[in-house]
Amino acid sequence: MDMPLALAAPGPHGPVIHAANRAAGMAGARPGARVVDARAICPALRVEDAQPAGDAALLARLSFWVRRWGPYSTPDGADGIVLDTTGTAHLFGGEAGLLADIQARLATAGLSARLALAPTRAAAWALARFGPERAICGTDPLSALMPLPVAGLRLSDETLLLLRRLGLKTIGDLAAIPRLALMRRFARTAPLDNPLLRLDQALGHLAEPLDVPDPPPDFVTQARLSEPVMDPSDWLPGLLADLCAQMAAADRGCRRLCLSVFRVDGERRDIRVSLAAPSREEGHLLRLFDGRLERLDPGYGFDLIRLAAEAVEPLSQAQPGLDGSRSDALELSRLVDRLSARFGADAITRPAPQESHIPERAETPGAAVSTLPTPSARADRPLRILTPPEEIRVLYAIPEGPPAQFVWCRQTLRVARHAGPERIAPEWWRDRPGTRLRDYFRIEDPSGLRLWIYREGLIHDGRGGAPRWFLHGIFA
Amino acid sequence: MSARPFLPGVAPFGQAPVPVAPMLSAPILSEAFGTRPLDGAAPGFVRAALPPGRILWAQDRLSRIETGTPFLPGMGREMLRLDLTRAADVLSAIEDGLASHAIAAVVGEFHGSPRALDFTASRRLALRAEAAGIPCWLIRHAASPDASAARMRWRLSALPSYPDPDDPQAPGDPHWRAELFRARGFPPTIWEARHDRAADRLDLVAPAGDRKLAAPQRRAG
Repeated sequence: MDMPLALAAPGPHGPVIHAANRAAGMAGARPGARVVDARAICPALRVEDAQPAGDAALLARLSFWVRRWGPYSTPDGADGIVLDTTGTAHLFGGEAGLLADIQARLATAGLSARLALAPTRAAAWALARFGPERAICGTDPLSALMPLPVAGLRLSDETLLLLRRLGLKTIGDLAAIPRLALMRRFARTAPLDNPLLRLDQALGHLAEPLDVPDPPPDFVTQARLSEPVMDPSDWLPGLLADLCAQMAAADRGCRRLCLSVFRVDGERRDIRVSLAAPSREEGHLLRLFDGRLERLDPGYGFDLIRLAAEAVEPLSQAQPGLDGSRSDALELSRLVDRLSARFGADAITRPAPQESHIPERAETPGAAVSTLPTPSARADRPLRILTPPEEIRVLYAIPEGPPAQFVWCRQTLRVARHAGPERIAPEWWRDRPGTRLRDYFRIEDPSGLRLWIYREGLIHDGRGGAPRWFLHGIFA
Repeated sequence: MSARPFLPGVAPFGQAPVPVAPMLSAPILSEAFGTRPLDGAAPGFVRAALPPGRILWAQDRLSRIETGTPFLPGMGREMLRLDLTRAADVLSAIEDGLASHAIAAVVGEFHGSPRALDFTASRRLALRAEAAGIPCWLIRHAASPDASAARMRWRLSALPSYPDPDDPQAPGDPHWRAELFRARGFPPTIWEARHDRAADRLDLVAPAGDRKLAAPQRRAG
């Protein structure tokens, strides 16, 4: 048997009990009672001061720790944590296994918990507090919620008193009342105190989004300024040096940096730069902010600058070569970093070959840093490609061959030599039905312009009218 | 790295100078002007003149719309492509590329004569290219040659291609008229360029005939 222990918080008429352990609860000390009354019932009761701020901090830390079971979690009230386990239960042996695992691990950490799993956040709240141990609710929350008291709907004391006076004791009683009557009775109450809306939330008729905080960054440094400034560039090298020293001590590098300035008018502005490979080199990181600080809107100035490393990855100390040579991959990732910091990550591509005969799909914008081999040049493919292909008007067509004369942009071109056709059929597994085949010709005009044109479709292929001609590429 | 990678042709006494083909992969700033729309001579010549290795290829918006984008199966080179909007962005991207050791050559494409690409900008690029030892080419579409510090300036237009050995009707190896109209330490010359695609080699041939005769020697006495 444990020693009866209770935590006391200050109340209007002396200290009241904030929380009590099991022994104290069985002895008669229940939360909300005055400490002197509890001492009268149970003289052996030991009373300590409650620390709500410490409890909240522990709960916040714990809410990140429970993300081992699901990606989204947030503290809920003073004594709860909501965790979204959508799609993760099978990793822990089903829903019952998941709950058992959570309870066992929390018990190892010295915490007792009441768990419930339900399709909606409100139903889980009610089941965890008023339902059976480790309750698991199926797809229909109403049947599980029916026997629970109306206090499971997160209502205020006045509303609960009113419901008790009306004789509505369980959620099932409340759900049996017609909606119109309920709405009329509680039309004046606040939305979060309205039993009907709370019931809708529990049954999933009303959305209740989860506001999920980001975990705090592991490596962060900040500068507090004595008076507001407009330009952070003087402080940036010092902040970066501090941050890089922190990361070097932990053998870490970051792939993203976030510079936040806190303005005096209550606004915050962020600048993020991304890196292709983890780094903690001050000079390189500093260069990524070139041209970005000018675009920062300082408002009336800011007095706090914070620099945080995001997407932190392990990065061990690299030994430079004795001959002073530099790693090609490292240099390339530096260049990609600088270019994408200035022009955006989508402006820079490294074309990679792809297995397809359709010219638009023969190259794909690959990752900027990769080690794929580059194919050798093909003589029957143009040096440059026009996207989209430009339609040409044929003046003098020859059956089964390229046009003898055509007009492109009001410019008449004559075909002196040609090669082809090269027939490229549509890829039926990717193209929508009705896509027409293409016959490609390499042509040359008398002055030496070498072009790649194609005819889309055949005359009687049943996929549209007369075939159209397009200019698709330019040869060297 | 010398700022004058090639020497003018050494003329024996009493003879016209023998044209010496310039070294195209020299680490200098060069410009290639296209002459007509739909003419692939300027990008083709630049592509053939580049040294092996990874290329940074930056384009402004108009050149991308008007003359298309480099096509990997036809280029056959490892490229880092930058699709930019303004000419000033292309210039600063070229500078970034010249500062990096991961790039073998830098190519920038401009449409028209943007204000950002003035003499100062080209001089800056020329000095950077020589300091970094990386060849840098500017491809100028629909532009007139104004003041520039480029060490070599070429004007390129397509000529009817060489015959294909397999099919007389088909276009064969590319053939260009390459006019070197301004170069440091080198006389302006018109060349006929042929890109031997099988060997990936660029041959520069001085057009035959019509060369100036040597000045007559004055007899002593």
